[in-house]
Amino acid sequence: MSESSVKTYTRTDFSSDQAVRWCPGCGDYAILAQTQKVFPDLGVDKENFVFISGIGCSSRFPYYMNTYGFHTIHGRAAAIASGVKLSNPDLSVWVVTGDGDALSIGGNHTIHLLRRNLDINVMLFNNRIYGLTKGQYSPTSEVGKITKSTPMGSLDRPFNSLALSLGAGATFVSRTIDRETKHMQEMISRSHGHKGTSFLEIYQNCNIFNNGAFAPLTDKETKGDTVLWLENKQPLLFGVQKNMGIRLDGNKPIVIEIGDKWSVDDVLVHDESDYVIAALLSNLTYQPDFPDPIGVLYAIDSETYEDAMVKQINTAIAKKGSSSVQDILNAGDTWVVE
Amino acid sequence: MRKLTQQVDEVVIRFAGDSGDGMQLTGSRFTETTAIAGNDLSTLPDFPAEIRAPSGSLAGVSAFQIKFSSKDIHTPGDAPDVLVAMNPAALKVHQKELPPGGTIICNSNAFSSKNLKLAGYETNPLEDGTLDDYYTLYSAEMGKIVARACADMGLPSKTVDRTKNFFALGLLFWIYDRPTQPTKDWLAIKFGKRPELVEANIRAMDAGYNYGDTTEIFTTRYTVDKANLPPGTYRNVVGNHALSMGLAAAAEKSGLELFYGGYPITPASDILHSLSAWKHLGIKTFQAEDEIAGIGSAIGAAFTGNLGITATSGPGIALKGEALGLAVIAELPLVIINVQRGGPSTGLPTKTEQSDLLQVMYGRNGEAPMPVVASATPGDSFFVAYEACRIAVKYMTPVMLLTDGYLVNGSEPWQVPQLDNLHPFDVKFADKDQIVDGQFMPYLRQKKTLARPWAIPGTEGLEHRIGGLEKEDVTGNVSYDPENHHHMVETRALKVEKIAAEFGSTEIFGNTSGDLLILSWGSTKGACRSSAEMLQTDGKKVSHVHLRWINPLPNDLGEILIKFKNVLIPEINYGQLIKMIRSEFLVDAKGLNLVRGKPISSSNIMQSAIDLIG
Repeated sequence: MSESSVKTYTRTDFSSDQAVRWCPGCGDYAILAQTQKVFPDLGVDKENFVFISGIGCSSRFPYYMNTYGFHTIHGRAAAIASGVKLSNPDLSVWVVTGDGDALSIGGNHTIHLLRRNLDINVMLFNNRIYGLTKGQYSPTSEVGKITKSTPMGSLDRPFNSLALSLGAGATFVSRTIDRETKHMQEMISRSHGHKGTSFLEIYQNCNIFNNGAFAPLTDKETKGDTVLWLENKQPLLFGVQKNMGIRLDGNKPIVIEIGDKWSVDDVLVHDESDYVIAALLSNLTYQPDFPDPIGVLYAIDSETYEDAMVKQINTAIAKKGSSSVQDILNAGDTWVVE
Repeated sequence: MRKLTQQVDEVVIRFAGDSGDGMQLTGSRFTETTAIAGNDLSTLPDFPAEIRAPSGSLAGVSAFQIKFSSKDIHTPGDAPDVLVAMNPAALKVHQKELPPGGTIICNSNAFSSKNLKLAGYETNPLEDGTLDDYYTLYSAEMGKIVARACADMGLPSKTVDRTKNFFALGLLFWIYDRPTQPTKDWLAIKFGKRPELVEANIRAMDAGYNYGDTTEIFTTRYTVDKANLPPGTYRNVVGNHALSMGLAAAAEKSGLELFYGGYPITPASDILHSLSAWKHLGIKTFQAEDEIAGIGSAIGAAFTGNLGITATSGPGIALKGEALGLAVIAELPLVIINVQRGGPSTGLPTKTEQSDLLQVMYGRNGEAPMPVVASATPGDSFFVAYEACRIAVKYMTPVMLLTDGYLVNGSEPWQVPQLDNLHPFDVKFADKDQIVDGQFMPYLRQKKTLARPWAIPGTEGLEHRIGGLEKEDVTGNVSYDPENHHHMVETRALKVEKIAAEFGSTEIFGNTSGDLLILSWGSTKGACRSSAEMLQTDGKKVSHVHLRWINPLPNDLGEILIKFKNVLIPEINYGQLIKMIRSEFLVDAKGLNLVRGKPISSSNIMQSAIDLIG
């Protein structure tokens, strides 16, 4: 990636001239604002950023960023972004997608992007609803969701996007919430810093069709007990007083209260490089008795697809020498007609 | 005994056997040797979709036909003169196409009661006399002879038995007076790490050659003189390989990096195989997770300034449909190759058909016009691929390249092209000069071609957004304006029409007027040309026009059509080009539509022609 920028930018350099057309009060505004705030500090020349999106409310995002952008077709952003990255590995490539785009119609591309580990940053806006098509349930909606298409409640069990990405072999798995702006900035920076595919899920409120879906995680009265803030090498503590913790009872996570029976030393310590802990944390989502984790669940170093591809090409050139198609045309048994 | 030598103009041989008998290999070795011998040739592989159908079954028969000649030929021949049948099933499937008087060469060891039963024979046709009245039958104990030839090598009997195709090859080499040395050299490279296999196959081939030479069964050898080809250096080329080289040539001449994204599908996978072997040319190949990701990644590559390519067959085109529309509205250069096969659905994956023409013309949502070009012969695929890339970049448009199962697996002698002689292919990416009043206009078009600028990520000052929503012309901003939409629909159609300016006047084989014009596209060219030649020799007023581009059609085509009393359009489909021609030119064209998974023969075309004009 081009980290050699000497240019300085402000957030307005990243704002395009297009009027933003999300519904007033949409969580997407906060994500756009934080992105534009963080980008000047990433040390990348503006022309080297590319935003690729699919279809959905979130996928309008590229139009509002004054970078290169491509608003493509439903579910295919990951595939198109892969072609962009492989064509020019020096670009900083960002995929903006939603729960329907990335996990339903585009699920196949998402998992394959993650397993290949191209250095692409995925921002998945998860509002647990279909917004652009006006309010059908999504693959992350909870069971029993009453919507226009499910008047008696949805039947399918939701995808757990973090567990899915871990299962797909992601090398960086993280989550933030639209209302936690500082944390979101940090997660965007961490995503950018990770070499390999970065998966960042952003809980995002759709105030029209699924208002308050994340209210327990964002309301002042409750969020202390419902959100587990992850910090690498730190114990998994939560609660307003940070007096609750996650502990392993055998292989099962349990919630403990720090006090007479348990001390901080009894609390499981987070380790971003530990797949087992990441898997355990990812599965706390949708469990009513546990807090929902935000932060970096998992981050490991692994060779990127594009580095391996360039290596193969260089090896082939070193072995055969750089040659012309004419050599291939001339190869094989030939004969001359006089 | 003294052997006679007889000179003939052309021969059609069909090798047929079990899928595991190595018939494709035998056929391609005979082809390479025949090419070196300087004959003109044309080949038609014909194999089942199953990799290994049950041994000895009718479903498992694999065949390879070659026609070679001292004259200029256009097709792999209709019916064979010689049928090599390695087992009863192969005889059963192919005997009906062998005309009376033909020659059958059989491996009698494979005619066991089990194999006879599998093929549906009640008695052994090699012994019951049913063949003798019509054909010259040679049956050799190929299995036993190769076992004897390799007896002292200590190889497993199964391994030795698998060399019997080389016995057949050696015998055919003797009959048609071809050298064995090129195949010996080839074996040494192919099985270099297993010298015992090189030796066993050479022994089997020599045994076959000597069998012809020394036994008294064969009395005559045949020679076919060198064909009178234009001077130059020649090689044999298979269609998919030629096509892949054409893509690589386009990348080299343009200076663009080639990015290929695709998903394996019969019969297109060999393009992926060829390109992935050429990493030393800097070619990037990406085996995507599905057809949609194949074209998606190629579109991403095109957006980023690479030469984006994807290839598939009809089912894959159906899956890529929405992405094709994206490439149309985004006006990005992209080449999509459709190696047509029998349909619908999975259809006949290994057989040939021309039934995707209307799919690629009209099979997208909205008004989504796309240039369509078709390859006519295996070697032509090189030039068509090069041209498709050049037009895609020059006009900033996706281009659909049609080929088919027959073309990509077939082969022909080919004058080796020189890159220096190809059409120049210059590319200029947009730069800061194209900023107007501080704004870059991604849809500001060139007047002549209507191409928009190709502004690639990484270029300072040209940051812009494109997408699948309708755009305002010039600015590229999202627009729902009714007038703009109509204007953009017109503009995208006009851009495709303008490509016709690249074509010279249409070549007419024969007179510019007459009783009948045979009009062809794609792989039926050879059979149509052969038919026209023969009909003209018979004094008929018949001409032939072949279409390389089907969209746009040549500007002069309408003027040509009206000068003929009849128009005949042979196609391996149920009538597709004919619909376009009739609706475009109001010409009462007649179709010849044979959809049997194999090329249309010239005899079929001649019959249709005679039915029309008497």
